[in-house]
Amino acid sequence: MKLPPFEYACPATIAEAVALLAAHNGEAKLLAGGQSLLPMLAFRVAAPSLLVDLGKLSELRQIRVADEGVTIGAMVRWRDVLAHAQLHAAHPLLVAAVQHVAHHQIRNRGTIGGSLAHADPAAELPGVAVTCDADITVVGRAGERVIAARDFFRGPLMTALKADEIITEVHLPAWPARRRFGFCEFARRRGDFALAAAAVFYDPDGAGHVHNAHIGAIGVADAPLRLAQVELVINGRALDDATIARAEAAASAAVDPADDIHASGAYRKHLIGVMVERALRSAAG
Amino acid sequence: MSGTRDITVTVNGATYPVSVEPRLLLVDFLRHTLGLTGTHVGCEHGVCGACTVLVDGDSARACLMLAIQADGRSIDTVEGLGRIGQMNALQESFHTHHALQCGFCTPGMLMTATDLLQKYPLATDDDIRRGLSGNLCRCTGYEHIVRAVRAVVDKRKAAP
Repeated sequence: MKLPPFEYACPATIAEAVALLAAHNGEAKLLAGGQSLLPMLAFRVAAPSLLVDLGKLSELRQIRVADEGVTIGAMVRWRDVLAHAQLHAAHPLLVAAVQHVAHHQIRNRGTIGGSLAHADPAAELPGVAVTCDADITVVGRAGERVIAARDFFRGPLMTALKADEIITEVHLPAWPARRRFGFCEFARRRGDFALAAAAVFYDPDGAGHVHNAHIGAIGVADAPLRLAQVELVINGRALDDATIARAEAAASAAVDPADDIHASGAYRKHLIGVMVERALRSAAG
Repeated sequence: MSGTRDITVTVNGATYPVSVEPRLLLVDFLRHTLGLTGTHVGCEHGVCGACTVLVDGDSARACLMLAIQADGRSIDTVEGLGRIGQMNALQESFHTHHALQCGFCTPGMLMTATDLLQKYPLATDDDIRRGLSGNLCRCTGYEHIVRAVRAVVDKRKAAP
């Protein structure tokens, strides 16, 4: 499928990119890695009048690891995350999730900002962002604003981004060294979007009991979810078989996924319980 | 209709100043504009991997990239690996191990494997399978392709 015609611009500054978006009144699309946008153009799901290529904005390619957390520029590729020496210790949950993103060639081009803006409900990074209380920084005509990940994802392929706004970076709060985590995903073939996935972490207290549980669910709703019901079940408890079984049941009970061509809602409802169970076992080590 | 734009792209070491429509895909630029038909067009939406080329040394799907995005970049295609009678070690290994039947996926397999071989130790067959997961083959069942890549890794280890 050949792409529909469009105008193309490759601005040298973020301000110029914002001005182009603003001037096109919602008819322009940003081109980051293109790994989701180009198939959408091929299928005519999207037909923007202008593509604004962010390829020259090297200031969006920075990864910063600091005491207050990890900040990743929008044009950082999956491959850059996996190859970054400090990120494996500074945010192991992020790295574990990114290993499930698509295939080798896609990870060479696809970007952090592209994934957040695309907002596929089955994508890994939006789920990690919601699970980890990430902040997403965007810039538009009105200036810069920071949007909490939980407020950013509004539905399938829908976000809080305005037509003139560009994601510049995502910030993940600091990761304590003793934090336990797990990421578990099920897809029919390697590299496919998840039928369901769970991203979990907690900070064990002195007795080894769960404290500060964060349980994220991917692929089972219109947007990634935090499962507060599961967090309530495990906070303050030891992660023994009985607690994990209750967490599994609570995860299944907490979601109501719709049927689609990939799986029935009932199957996904069952699967998220299994993913949470496996992720918790992996976290408990 | 949008007009054309002037770009300069290096392909297999040769530099081409060309004029392209913004919507032209890199794979169609390679095949139609330059006549390099070794890179195959399969699904045209980023699923099959038949169009894999190297962009500044990293494997990428040429159907998920615009030619205009290749401005100032260096592209390597299967034509750059070797030629009939002068195949490189990976191509020889595909031949020896019967790693192709119809050959449609082969250019993409070769380019992805080239990227994997230059970046990773590929210590286990699972590493090779994981690396090639973005390339579909409908003939071989993959076993012989993994064997062909494995043989190159082993030979490299034997003669560092």
